[in-house]
Amino acid sequence: MPVSSSRVVAAIVGPGNIGTDLLAKLQRSDAIDVAYMVGVVESEGLARARREGLSVSAQGVDWLLEQDPLPAIVFEATSAKAHVANAPRYEQAGIQAVDLTPAHLGPMVSPPVNLKDHLDAPNVSMITCGGQATIPMVYAVSRVTEVPYAEIVASVASRSAGPGTRANIDEFTDTTSQAVAAIGGAGRGKAIIILNPVEPPMIMRDTVFCAISPDADREAITRSVHDMIAEVQEYVPGYTLRADPQFDDPRPGWSGQARVAIFVEVKGRGDYLPPYAGNLDIMTAAAARVGELMANARQAAA
Amino acid sequence: MSRPEIVHDVRITDTTLRDGSHAMSHQFTEAQVRDTVRALDRAGVEVIEVTHGDGLGGSSFNYGFSHTDEIELIAAARAEAQQAKIAVLLVPGIGTVDDLRRARDAGADIVRVATHCTEADVSIQHFGVARDLGMETVGFLMMAHRTSPEDLAKQARIMVDAGCQCPYVTDSAGALLMHEARERFDALVAEVGDEAWVGYHGHQNLSLGVANSVLAHEAGVRQIDGSLCALGAGSGNSPTEVLAAVFDRLGVSTGLDLLALLAAAEEVVRPYLHRWPKMDRTAIVQGWAGVYSSFLLHAEAAGDRYKVPAYEILRECGRLGLVGGQEDLIIDIAIRLAQERAEG
Repeated sequence: MPVSSSRVVAAIVGPGNIGTDLLAKLQRSDAIDVAYMVGVVESEGLARARREGLSVSAQGVDWLLEQDPLPAIVFEATSAKAHVANAPRYEQAGIQAVDLTPAHLGPMVSPPVNLKDHLDAPNVSMITCGGQATIPMVYAVSRVTEVPYAEIVASVASRSAGPGTRANIDEFTDTTSQAVAAIGGAGRGKAIIILNPVEPPMIMRDTVFCAISPDADREAITRSVHDMIAEVQEYVPGYTLRADPQFDDPRPGWSGQARVAIFVEVKGRGDYLPPYAGNLDIMTAAAARVGELMANARQAAA
Repeated sequence: MSRPEIVHDVRITDTTLRDGSHAMSHQFTEAQVRDTVRALDRAGVEVIEVTHGDGLGGSSFNYGFSHTDEIELIAAARAEAQQAKIAVLLVPGIGTVDDLRRARDAGADIVRVATHCTEADVSIQHFGVARDLGMETVGFLMMAHRTSPEDLAKQARIMVDAGCQCPYVTDSAGALLMHEARERFDALVAEVGDEAWVGYHGHQNLSLGVANSVLAHEAGVRQIDGSLCALGAGSGNSPTEVLAAVFDRLGVSTGLDLLALLAAAEEVVRPYLHRWPKMDRTAIVQGWAGVYSSFLLHAEAAGDRYKVPAYEILRECGRLGLVGGQEDLIIDIAIRLAQERAEG
C-alpha cells in the first residue's frame, strides 16, 4: 500500500481509557498523525497526551474546530449523546468520524468484512466489542454457506465492563444481534453477553454458533475461518482460535439444521488497557485499523 | 416504592415451570404448563414462575431452544391462574427490556431480574422499566456463594435502590452450607430493613435446600422458592411439596394445601418428567465445587460428544470460576479435556 510522507492528521475526542489506548495504537501508524486530543475537563488522559506532544484542550469540539490544520479524521471515544451532538459539526467541517460510542449514526463496519464499502463514508460506527470480536467469524461462515441463524456469546471480565456498558447492557444485546445479521450475513442474529468477576480476570472469550445445512462443505468453512482469523490478527495479534471449528449434526430443536461452533479468545496488546480486556482492545484496534485504511485511501487519492 | 403485601409467614414461589425448564431441556408444552399452573393455583401457590430456564430470550443454541415460545406459555399460565401471580425471569445480557414488555403484554405480573452476585448494577435498567410497567420486582443475586455476606448485602442495596422489592440469596450452585446461608440471610435482612423483603432460592445438590429454607424463615426471609418433584437444574430445587410439609409441621403459615401439592407433584408433574432430578455424581460435584446448576445437562451432552466424564467437566468449570450463562465454555473445556486425554 502507498506510504505517503505526509501522514493524515487526526484527532481523538474523549481522553478516557479507550481514547488513551487508541492513541497508543495510532502512534504506531505510518498513515496517521494524531495531532489533537480533546476533552471537556482537565484529566489524566489529557495530561498524558500533552506529555506525548499532542495539542490538547479541555475546551471540547469548539476548540478542535478552530485548529489549523483541521483533522481529516476524528475518533470519537466519548458517549452516544456527545457523538450525536458532535457528528453534524464534523460532517459540516468535512471531517470523517470513526465512532466508538453506541450512537451508531453511520454504517456499522467490521474491518475485514465491509470496511472497503465505507472508506469514504462521513461517519462509521464501530458496532460493539462483541460485534468486532464475532462478526468476522459469522462472515467467514456465511461467505461459504447460507447461515439462516447465528448466535454469539461474549464473556468479558467484570473489570473491563465500564459504567456505560453496565447502565445499558441491552444496547450491546440489541446492536450486536442486528449487526451479526446485517454485517455478518446471517438471516437472524442473537447476542449474549456475560460478565465474569473471577480473579485473576478472564481474557475475553467469544463463541460463535452458526446454523448451517447438514451437507454444507465443512472443510471449506474451516479453511474460511482460519483465513479470517489471520486477517483479524493483522490488527489484533491476540485473536486466536481455541480449537478448530466444531461441527454438530442436526439435533432435535435445530429445525433440521446442523451447527458449527467457533471458539475464540481475544487477548489485548496491553497498550494502555490490560491484556485481559480484549473486548476493549478489539474496539480500539479495529478503530485504528479503520482510521489507517481511511488514511491510506486519502493518500492514494491525493 | 414499597414492599408488596405478604399475607402468610412465608410466600412460596413455585419455579417448576422455569427452573424446571432446565431439567426438561426447555421442552415444556402448553398443555403441561396449563395443567401444572391449574394444580399449583388450586393448591394455594401465590406465585408461579414461567419462562425458559435461562430467562426471557433464553431460547438459543447456547442454552437450548424452547419447544414452545415462552410468551405463549406465559399467556397460557396467566389464563389458567385464578389467584396466583405469574412471574418471569430476566437475565440481563440474555434477555432485554423488549422481552420484558412482551412478557408483560402476555400477562406476567412479577419480574425476577437475575445477575451474578457481584454484578447487580447491570439490572438497574431492567428494574426501572419493570416499575414503569407496574410490575412487582424481585432481584436474583445468583451464585451467592461466590461473594461474602457483606458484599452480597451491598449488591442487594444496589438492586433495592433501583426498584427491586425483594433481593434473593440465590444459591444457583446449591453450594451454600447452612451457616453460610444464614450469614447471607442475616446480612440482607439487616441491609434492606423494611424497604424490601428478602428471598431464598435453593438447589438440592448438597441436599440442603429445604434445611436452608427453614433457616431462611428463622432469619426473616419471607419469599422462598420451590419446585414440584424438585424439578430444576442440577439436583433440582427445594421441593415445593416438602417445603409445604415442613413449614406446616413448624407451624409456619404458607397458605399452601399440602395434600393438593402432593397430588400435583404425583399426578401432574411426575408423568411428564424426562428425568427426576437426583443427587448423582455430577450433581453433587456441582454443589461441592460451586458450579451453576444449569450446567448439568450441557456437561452431560458435552461429555457424550467428546468422551470425557461430565463430572470432570463440571469440576473444571468450578476451578475456572465460570458463572451462569457461560454454557458455551463447557464445550471448550470438554474439547481441552479430550485433547489432554488423547495426549495421555
